[in-house]
Amino acid sequence: MRFKTLAVALAVTLVLGVSAQAKELRFAFQGDANSMDPYNLNETFTLGFLGNIYEALTRRTADLTIEPALATSWEVIEPTRWRFHLRRGVKFHDGRDFTADDVLFSFERVKSETSDLKTRVKTVKEVIKIDDYTVDFITTVPDPILIAEWDTWYIMSKGWAEENGAVTPQSATGDDENFATRNANGTGPFRLVSREADVRTVAEVNPDWWDNANKEHNLTKITFTPIGSDPTRVAALLSGQVDMAYPVPVQDMKRVDSNAETSVLVGPELRTIFIGMDQFRDELLYSDVKGKNPFKDVRVRKALYQAIDIEAIKEKVMRGLSTPSAMMIGAGVHGFDPAIERFPFDPEASKALLAEAGYPNGFRVGLDCPNDRYVNDEAICQAVVSMMAKVGVTLDLNAQTKGLFFGKVLRPSLDYSMYLLGWTPGSFDSHNVIYGLHGCPDDSGKGQFNLGGYCNVEVDALADKILSETDVKVRDGMITEAWAKTIAEVSYLPLHQQALAWGVRSNVSVKQRADNQFAWRHVVIQ
Amino acid sequence: MIALIIRRLIQSIVVMLTVALIAFTLFRFVGDPVAQMVGQDTSLEDRAQLRERLGLNDPVPLQFARYVGNTVKGNFGISYRIGRPVGALLAERLPATLELSFVAALFALLVGIPMGIYTALHPERWLSKAFLTISLIGISLPTFLIGILLILLFGVVLGWLPTFGRGAVVDLGFWTTGLLSVSGWKSILMPAFTLGMFQLTLIMRLVRSEMLEVLRTDFIKFARARGLTPRAVHFGHALKNTLVPVITITGLQLGGIIAFAIITETVFQWPGMGLLFLQAIQFADIPVMSSYLVLIALFFVIINLIVDILYHVVDPRLRIERQVGAGQ
Repeated sequence: MRFKTLAVALAVTLVLGVSAQAKELRFAFQGDANSMDPYNLNETFTLGFLGNIYEALTRRTADLTIEPALATSWEVIEPTRWRFHLRRGVKFHDGRDFTADDVLFSFERVKSETSDLKTRVKTVKEVIKIDDYTVDFITTVPDPILIAEWDTWYIMSKGWAEENGAVTPQSATGDDENFATRNANGTGPFRLVSREADVRTVAEVNPDWWDNANKEHNLTKITFTPIGSDPTRVAALLSGQVDMAYPVPVQDMKRVDSNAETSVLVGPELRTIFIGMDQFRDELLYSDVKGKNPFKDVRVRKALYQAIDIEAIKEKVMRGLSTPSAMMIGAGVHGFDPAIERFPFDPEASKALLAEAGYPNGFRVGLDCPNDRYVNDEAICQAVVSMMAKVGVTLDLNAQTKGLFFGKVLRPSLDYSMYLLGWTPGSFDSHNVIYGLHGCPDDSGKGQFNLGGYCNVEVDALADKILSETDVKVRDGMITEAWAKTIAEVSYLPLHQQALAWGVRSNVSVKQRADNQFAWRHVVIQ
Repeated sequence: MIALIIRRLIQSIVVMLTVALIAFTLFRFVGDPVAQMVGQDTSLEDRAQLRERLGLNDPVPLQFARYVGNTVKGNFGISYRIGRPVGALLAERLPATLELSFVAALFALLVGIPMGIYTALHPERWLSKAFLTISLIGISLPTFLIGILLILLFGVVLGWLPTFGRGAVVDLGFWTTGLLSVSGWKSILMPAFTLGMFQLTLIMRLVRSEMLEVLRTDFIKFARARGLTPRAVHFGHALKNTLVPVITITGLQLGGIIAFAIITETVFQWPGMGLLFLQAIQFADIPVMSSYLVLIALFFVIINLIVDILYHVVDPRLRIERQVGAGQ
């Protein structure tokens, strides 16, 4: 009898204990979000982090499909007029109601001079409030991918921003801190509790979230710590002081995986790593070829391509954690075609092409690389240097920290002859890459990251048509055509998509998104 | 004494201006902040505008003059990276760094001096030899390696101590301290040991050699001959006379500890100024870098001043000389 009572008491305690137990997610990343202001910086981690607190009209599921969030539905009334029906009954964390005025305010704020997310609405001419829960967006041209990046254009509260003097984002100059830099007021599943940049950011569950009925997670509290040093981050995960840490460096993956309580979640990232070549100067800045530019000759570009043993880079440098790519986009980006194959690795063919182009003994050229930006970036460059040497092309490697590298290579300086760079199309659509990396560079922003100056007017014309073509089939046909042209002309030397590596404790389940955003609403702690 | 302090303060202004000037001439080599302050889709035009607003297109002397002008007004600028006033940022980070440095220095002194005395008094005992061997390791292993090994042993394998951060912190309004909580003390052990290890071995070896030197001098022999107890000879006379160089070195090393906490703070993710500075370098966050360097220069000046004053307290000869000088 006594035993029975004890058992019942124990069971009751257990049940109560479990139901009332706080589920805290503690996680670490190599850096911190730069600001709590969602328009401050257009960068994956900052926006991904804020996506747990703020919400946009749309959101993306774990497999990156667009679904309704603050808008329940939308339709294109005319090619240049989109109508959004807003969700009713949504409240911001401070209790204010979400209405069309907040959307109009967010539109003005995201366009302001100090905003870094102006590109989200670059084709939008104006926003018209039809009623409190209906908004029309008028675009300057038909824009079929208008909403492709809207999942990270977060809606802010007009009343809150005005009350706290945060109607525009933080200015880079001046003396004052903007209220929104350390405070947040979204509609999302979690709300910000405390914020200490570089030290700790704490959030708690939002009990009034509109989607709580369908929620997947069981979290009550989230503690985020940035840990910059790789071994320290891995140690924090192994010792159980954090439940999840990313990225796990390639050399530590085995160790994390061999531990019974931790494992590494690996998946391909959308970012494509590639090598670009100066194709616009009449003479290269860093080369022993004088009076002409060898990279203007497609045979030379193809020769360099075929000199790269991408499988060796995958096995030796990336320890198997990369996906060699024939395209400048990865699987998951609209327009990716798995049927396209890389030009085969063939040093003999490479030498023959070089000889045909007039460089039987090869030539000498400089290669610029970052050494702290992408996974094993410098090691990849070193591997490429030795591979090129085998076909007679001597590369002078200049690997340096990203701050210096970007300043040297990007516009306006363009001080390089060859460079290694990575690119993720923010819209997950081919147009971004065709327009930004292949368009003939001009002042409009076209080809801004086409550092090599590759230029084909036919591709340019296709890019324009792809932007405004609303028939999906026709549009896809044009994308395929554009890719076929640029690949045949070897506009770049694509290398691979690097792998994402998230370290998680065995009692935690997370969903890894290919854009490397960490959405807490998919996390379940056992 | 007051003249000395005033003279030193005037010197310190020159030192700090020089440091700031050198820093500013070096900043052009740390890279372009604009490339990291904006996302990849930001247009060239916006980038150029931002560069213009930040005044990065101005010549270095003009940027320097503007920085000095603002600093004199008490305005250290806004961090490019996290958009907060640099003055507030440094003030928030200062307690963490100072606590870590003082605990490390205290540890080095409290352990290093006794070890040094012991090895000097009993040079032949096996324990002395063990101390000396360990001190060799302490002096030759790089800080980050010691830190990582400690993390691996006490954090991961044994699981006794936290591997990163500062633990629970108590906010006293003007100061945040981790020394009032158990988790705070647990967190500070490994970083303080890592940071103090080098100083410890240095102090131990210094005390040992000074002590051996002093023990050979005549006045010690006479003290012994006079029949003083070994205790009075060793601690009352010998130790006191070894302390002057120890104070100099410790003082200078304290400045070094604060300045070089950067590595330890990075390894242990200790939220101090060193970590802030390192992240600022990676980001080319010019306002944070310049203010940090100037602040560190100020620390060195102040510590040197305190060391000078301590000389007078410890060494009576300096006081006499001054009085004689004043009499003339």
